[in-house]
Amino acid sequence: MVSQSPGSSAGQPGSGPLVVLDNVNKYFGDLHVLQDINLSVARGEVVVIIGPSGSGKSTLCRAINRLEPITSGTISIDGVPLPAEGKALAQLRSDVGMVFQSFNLFAHKTVLQNVTMGPVKVRKMRKAEAEELAMGLLERVGVANQANKLPAQLSGGQQQRVAIARALAMKPKVMLFDEPTSALDPEMINEVLDVMVALAQEGMTMIVVTHEMGFARRAGDRVVFMDSGSIVEEADPDEFFTNPRTDRAKDFLSKILTND
Amino acid sequence: MDLFFDNAPTLWSGFRVTLQLTAVSGLLALALGLALAALRVAPLRPLRAVSMLYVELMRNTPLTLVFFGMVLVAPQFGIIPPLGFWTAVLCLTLYTSAFVSEALRSGINSVGVGQAEAARAIGLTFGQSLRLVILPQAVRTVIPPLINVIIALAKNTSVAAGFAVVELVATGRRLGQAIPGEAVTILGGIALLYLVFTIPAGLLATRLEKKVAFAR
Repeated sequence: MVSQSPGSSAGQPGSGPLVVLDNVNKYFGDLHVLQDINLSVARGEVVVIIGPSGSGKSTLCRAINRLEPITSGTISIDGVPLPAEGKALAQLRSDVGMVFQSFNLFAHKTVLQNVTMGPVKVRKMRKAEAEELAMGLLERVGVANQANKLPAQLSGGQQQRVAIARALAMKPKVMLFDEPTSALDPEMINEVLDVMVALAQEGMTMIVVTHEMGFARRAGDRVVFMDSGSIVEEADPDEFFTNPRTDRAKDFLSKILTND
Repeated sequence: MDLFFDNAPTLWSGFRVTLQLTAVSGLLALALGLALAALRVAPLRPLRAVSMLYVELMRNTPLTLVFFGMVLVAPQFGIIPPLGFWTAVLCLTLYTSAFVSEALRSGINSVGVGQAEAARAIGLTFGQSLRLVILPQAVRTVIPPLINVIIALAKNTSVAAGFAVVELVATGRRLGQAIPGEAVTILGGIALLYLVFTIPAGLLATRLEKKVAFAR
């Protein structure tokens, strides 16, 4: 493994919670998409955010690395509040891995180049070193044999695993997953979930927006249920799925779990 | 035909000036247009506003007025531009850069927003995202409209004829006045000379387009 140069991460690594959202609000025009969100994620914790579509869970996930700017409140990562646009924000984002629903691999770059771009251009790592790191990660997610192909030549599941490797190459403090399996064919969902479960077991701090209740049960430390822009319920996964407290959670679960 | 052979040196010098105007203004307009397009998609609203204002102003002003503005209005503010080649280059650059910017912007918009988000998410700065991720992918859609802009520029250089630059059109006019009987023939010949670079430019566009399309 390659050691990270000292001082490359933003702020001082504290011992408090890694991600803290304090009284976060966001409006899209008149639409109040995030309402007084308070959420604190501990180091090594896997938080699974679920809820009906339009509940604001993706917006919440994207707000954490400021892909969506918020209207009021504060978000801090490792004790450092999100900076405004600029170099400091780029620096902070490099410590926050993000996996998108639609993979978003760089279409004009090979799989290997997708993974090495961040380490080379942001971390200023030497190319050979970055390639070694990247090949190790591609191996880990099981697509090392595709390293020289373009993303379009890979299946969705493979692309998403490359996207995870690309995020991991930055050695992030926390990984955000924005519905990572929603765009996948059913037979490819598990290959991606397996990688995520392994990551969770290795102690990665993860915030995962998903509809995969199985993942929440297998790897989640906490379930956060959102509806209409608010956090309605937070609980241990087993507790949440067997014994939801709120009516809205009960209603949601009854709709998605009928076929279990 | 003799008419053209006899006056070949004169025509050649006019042709060369047109070519120089096109090449120099084209390169400068590409550079300025790229900067304007970058500002137009910048994360800061004031930067976007400045670029938009400039582009809208230039693109909605007749080129002749840009020349008049430079030659007649600027001196009133104490700026006296040297009449001739470089003033023409300046006007053509300022004017054409607005169109370059719009062509580039359409290319940038053709690249999915997810690409930019992924670039930012791994910590690339705005400039790096644009340079490493967005523009390389925008190139393929940008080439045809960009060549159009350059072809338009090649013909727009003729406006400089009215401002003491002896390029092709000015040369044709002078020859036409010197040899009154042949004015129509001369102007026809001048028109054909423009095709000497507009047609290859079109062909180049097609080739480049195929090349970058294949590279994907």
